[in-house]
Amino acid sequence: MILQQLINGLMLGATYSLVAIGYTLIFGVLGLLHFAHGEVLMAGAFMGLYIIMWSGLPLYIALPLAMVATGVLGIIIDVLAIRPLKKDFHLAPLLSTIGVTIILQNLAVKLFGGYGTRFPEAIETVNYKVGPLLISSTNILILGVSLFLMVVLYFFITKTKVGKAMRTVAESHTTAGLLGVNVDWIVLLTFGIASALAGTAGVMIGIVFHAITPFIGLTFALKGLVVMLIGGLGNVVGAMIGGLILGMAEVFSIVLLPTEINLQDIFSFGIMIIILIFKPTGLFGTRVTQG
Amino acid sequence: MDYLISVATIAGIYIIMALSFYMPFMTGQISLGQAGFMAIGAYVSAICTVKWGIPYVPAVLLGGIFAGIVGLILGLPALRIKGIYLLLLTLGFGEIVRVVAINLKYTGAAEGFPGIPYQKYTLLYAYGMVLILIIFFSRLRRSRMGRAFQAVGSDEDAAEIIGVNIVSAKLLAFSVGAFMAGIGGGIFAHYQEYVEPLMFDIMHAIEFLIFTIFGGIQIFWGPIFGALALTFIPEFLRAIQEWRMELYGALLIVMMIIRPQGVIGLDTVRALDRLFRNALGKEWA
Repeated sequence: MILQQLINGLMLGATYSLVAIGYTLIFGVLGLLHFAHGEVLMAGAFMGLYIIMWSGLPLYIALPLAMVATGVLGIIIDVLAIRPLKKDFHLAPLLSTIGVTIILQNLAVKLFGGYGTRFPEAIETVNYKVGPLLISSTNILILGVSLFLMVVLYFFITKTKVGKAMRTVAESHTTAGLLGVNVDWIVLLTFGIASALAGTAGVMIGIVFHAITPFIGLTFALKGLVVMLIGGLGNVVGAMIGGLILGMAEVFSIVLLPTEINLQDIFSFGIMIIILIFKPTGLFGTRVTQG
Repeated sequence: MDYLISVATIAGIYIIMALSFYMPFMTGQISLGQAGFMAIGAYVSAICTVKWGIPYVPAVLLGGIFAGIVGLILGLPALRIKGIYLLLLTLGFGEIVRVVAINLKYTGAAEGFPGIPYQKYTLLYAYGMVLILIIFFSRLRRSRMGRAFQAVGSDEDAAEIIGVNIVSAKLLAFSVGAFMAGIGGGIFAHYQEYVEPLMFDIMHAIEFLIFTIFGGIQIFWGPIFGALALTFIPEFLRAIQEWRMELYGALLIVMMIIRPQGVIGLDTVRALDRLFRNALGKEWA
């Protein structure tokens, strides 16, 4: 029973991690809270849905396609709403991404309707019995893909030249520019990667919950923010671990707390407020391990 | 005519809400919890009139005071944190208020709280409140406290060095802003005759932010202008009405690119002032 919940929690947490990594990457590189990140996730989920529905491609081709499409969306947001801003008003980028949030969400409601859209059966659900545990192919897929992406990202950021350039830009735009890093290009790349991860999370949410609405963006954006805070702003590894912690905490809160009132929603905000008050740098510290 | 009055009334309530966002914003605090404070004001005042039979004016005031107290409590931890941390704290707070309202059986939970007595003179009360706020803000601008607020808003460290008590300045601005939002909520509840948690979601908090940012953030006329313009223009251009939110979003981005200080800046106010002086001659001054 507890082990079963642990697996559910890990699965939920892995999607939270993917969202939070996007937030934290963009925060690290630009010092910006990308308010529209949740809507990017929602857009990614819908793009994945239509790619699967129209082309009928199997998931292992459709998912990368959805990732690329969402990545491009992120890059467009950077080019249209972040880059043209003047530098003198420090709140401008945040407010501008709030504008993007409103546009994306309302457009989605007009295009797809305010109710849920059924997500196509992307994979055959097979249940494997491992001792007392019931593990579905969905569980394996989601955990596998998320962990794979996280490991790849970790090595990309810590070991490759471009990853090092990203960390330099996170330290200081001026210094990075002086050292010959193309800052604009790195920012663009960061938006692309962060959005692609959000798109992945969006498609996975579609697969797990079988339906998506234009409002999933806000829900998962808030969870992603809580996770980013747990992990510490700009801390990628913190976001990975933080997501798993929140996912498990949420699943266990449903099991252990009384169910007649909708506590799990307050639960994550409660965690967020407690962390904000007592340890605003997050459990793993801000920018301690920028990688 | 009735229609015009109803639009004007809503615009008046939105002016109060935009000013309630502007108040903490003066000290550099961005609050996405104003819809939450509005909800507190609306629910508390509605409980006062419906369940306890308290008259309208004290009920609305009680709603405002209660929201102000909650703002004070929320503001205490908010002092330690700033920037995006504060934004996240107020965002979480707004959501918690909404979730509590959805689950609270006493006020009808998710179905909403019906049967709130209708206030016929809402228009007068709303604009009376706006007038009080205009007087308040114009006096505040020239006062010691107001200058302290502006100092904290433009550079917190510098303000602290020259001896401004930034703790009390920020806390005061935050809880007074919450009080204003609570009053706005009380007036709103007794105009709509019923409230439901959906009326106070995060998108509404963002709407109040847009009124302020679009109107202008350098002087209190900005939020007033923003709330009026963005309530009236979509009402009379039906084509815009349907795409209102998308336009708000685009407007926000465009404003950030071309005029981050908003439509009404200090330069606009000075230009208008000069215009009036020239038109009315020396006696005006």
